[in-house]
Amino acid sequence: MTAPLTPPKRKDPLVRTRAGHVPPELRSHAARAMAVRAGQGRFVLQVCDRCAGVTYPPRDCCPRCWGELSWKDQARGAVVMAETTVRATIDLFFREHLPWRIGSVRLDAGPMAIVHLHGDVKQGDRVRMELRLDRGGAPALFALPEKETPNMADDAQLREFSADPKFRRVLVTDGRSPIGQVVAEALLKSGAQTVFLGNAEPLMRYPGQDHIEAIDGIEPVALNLVHTRSCQELAAQMGGRIDIIVNTAAFARQGGVGFGGKLTDLQTGLDIEVMGLMRLAQAFAPAMSGRSDDGVNSAVAFVDIVSVHGLTGKTGYAGSAASAAARLSLIASLRGEIAKAGIRVMTVLTGPVDDEWHQNVPLPKTAPEQIAKAVIETLVKGQETICAGDIARDVLSRWQSDPLLTIREENQ
Amino acid sequence: MNQQLLSRLASALTSGQVRVIDLTNTLSPEFPVIVLPPEFGQCMTFRMEEVSRYNENGPAWYWNNISMNEHTGTHFDAPAHWVTGKDLPSNTVDAIPAQNFVAPVVVIDISTESAADADFVVTRDFLENWEKKNGPIPLRHWIALRTDWHKRVGTPEYLNLQEDGAHSPGPDAGAVEFMVHERDCVGLAVETVGTDAGQAFHFNPPLPAHSILHGNNRFGLQCLTNLDKLPTFGAMIVACPLKIEGGSGSPLRVIALVDGEDA
Repeated sequence: MTAPLTPPKRKDPLVRTRAGHVPPELRSHAARAMAVRAGQGRFVLQVCDRCAGVTYPPRDCCPRCWGELSWKDQARGAVVMAETTVRATIDLFFREHLPWRIGSVRLDAGPMAIVHLHGDVKQGDRVRMELRLDRGGAPALFALPEKETPNMADDAQLREFSADPKFRRVLVTDGRSPIGQVVAEALLKSGAQTVFLGNAEPLMRYPGQDHIEAIDGIEPVALNLVHTRSCQELAAQMGGRIDIIVNTAAFARQGGVGFGGKLTDLQTGLDIEVMGLMRLAQAFAPAMSGRSDDGVNSAVAFVDIVSVHGLTGKTGYAGSAASAAARLSLIASLRGEIAKAGIRVMTVLTGPVDDEWHQNVPLPKTAPEQIAKAVIETLVKGQETICAGDIARDVLSRWQSDPLLTIREENQ
Repeated sequence: MNQQLLSRLASALTSGQVRVIDLTNTLSPEFPVIVLPPEFGQCMTFRMEEVSRYNENGPAWYWNNISMNEHTGTHFDAPAHWVTGKDLPSNTVDAIPAQNFVAPVVVIDISTESAADADFVVTRDFLENWEKKNGPIPLRHWIALRTDWHKRVGTPEYLNLQEDGAHSPGPDAGAVEFMVHERDCVGLAVETVGTDAGQAFHFNPPLPAHSILHGNNRFGLQCLTNLDKLPTFGAMIVACPLKIEGGSGSPLRVIALVDGEDA
């Protein structure tokens, strides 16, 4: 049984914060392909197109017949064949997290694999395998108990492969929107210690304000993503004690490109969603980067909630889709930059949100509650990309199989 | 003669006999702008991005890129701002003759009434009664409404947005007609975010200050401060909007010259 996590004590100001290292990076093309799939929460292994053999670790061709390999989703079961505890290492990351349990498992899919072991797993157990990303973004197999065990998520090794909000302090950038409010409440329910709730216009009331600001654990903060100084001032105050950022800022407006689009809407959308993202990252990333190994409430993740139509463009919401596209691009770059410091960057893809700016869009739409659920899931599982709701899942899956066709379909 | 007049003014400025009062609020991202229903285009707040500050982007110099709406912060409304003034000659800030930018001001103090009633409406009757007590409103003056609203800047009570709209004082149509047609005002100068009352959308006709002032080629000055430091009569306003091509208005620095004894 896992000992329940206790709330972290306040830091000793005379102790140097532990520098955040990342586990060794896997640089091969195949390992990166595996990472991308791990980042979507899939459990995949390579299968040979010729001999149908399943192989692990990632390779460039089949070790048996030199055939071409393809990534295929696999059964998640396995049996622990052997276990050991690492007590000494020269790796800078693992050195700070010893002792560390690893083992070999026989995957139901076929291969044997060296994997990280959850504390409630022992030799001979049947286990549930997950393909997880480490804090540097490299894929690794992690063996979980087959059935839920008490305080399972509090396992120290598993926490290193997640960005669990439990006991962490979260900044939700736009608390004026239903999404921001629902996400903030979901974070508190998932154990977040504090949610700092951004308010771009502190002098103006907003729907839901009385309810959300009265909740224990919610702390309203002034944050306006279109004002650089506002971002800088909040980071100067809070940057050292924000562990997770969830960027809920959005500016969706109807309009085309040659017809019916407003340049002022595009300007505002780009300012809030794209420049706002960069302002936020520039203000908070340095402080977060210095705290990626700071104990139970280390800095772990930057979550961005963005329209799936950033991948494709969208008839009727062309400007908003353009903002989303730019946002996805910035987020991809940020992910690469900040992974080196051990901070995860996560993208929650949404369909048209069921809000006042999509009144004319026919159902189904994406409910704020679906977005909140996806935010929590991606944090707990340490994923990189997650879809909130069926529309985002549908568009992403069509885009993955045929990008140009999906672009055409979404713009007609 | 003119040289003598101006050199006397210059001496008075140097000696402090004429003092300069700043009627301008600081342009900052936090300064409130008028809020329209969300489905309309919105007034952009003041924004600033640093270009360099003695750093790698400019080792010895500091400067910023700024952006805003023409009606952000302390600002000037040109006649073209309103549909009623759209066809008037010289109705944009670049075309208004510069002679208009320096003019005397009469200050009508409605601060007590406004404190008692945020929706206080200035009527023709009110102005006529005011004239009986204070003397006539002189021709070709800015007419300034002192509400002490500038003391609310930085609080929700400045815009005073309730669920039924904004609540701030302003004139009704009769008062504006009187100012324009019988007192030939240069324009209306206020501390609130607009020349019209907060609830003026519900007046009949709606938004009378904008409609009547601009329809008659008069100007607006909004978001002023320090009107409480001006005398009722005798101050001079200098209000030069930026020369924006075809501009409907402009943020600007507004100053008042007052007799040293009045300040």
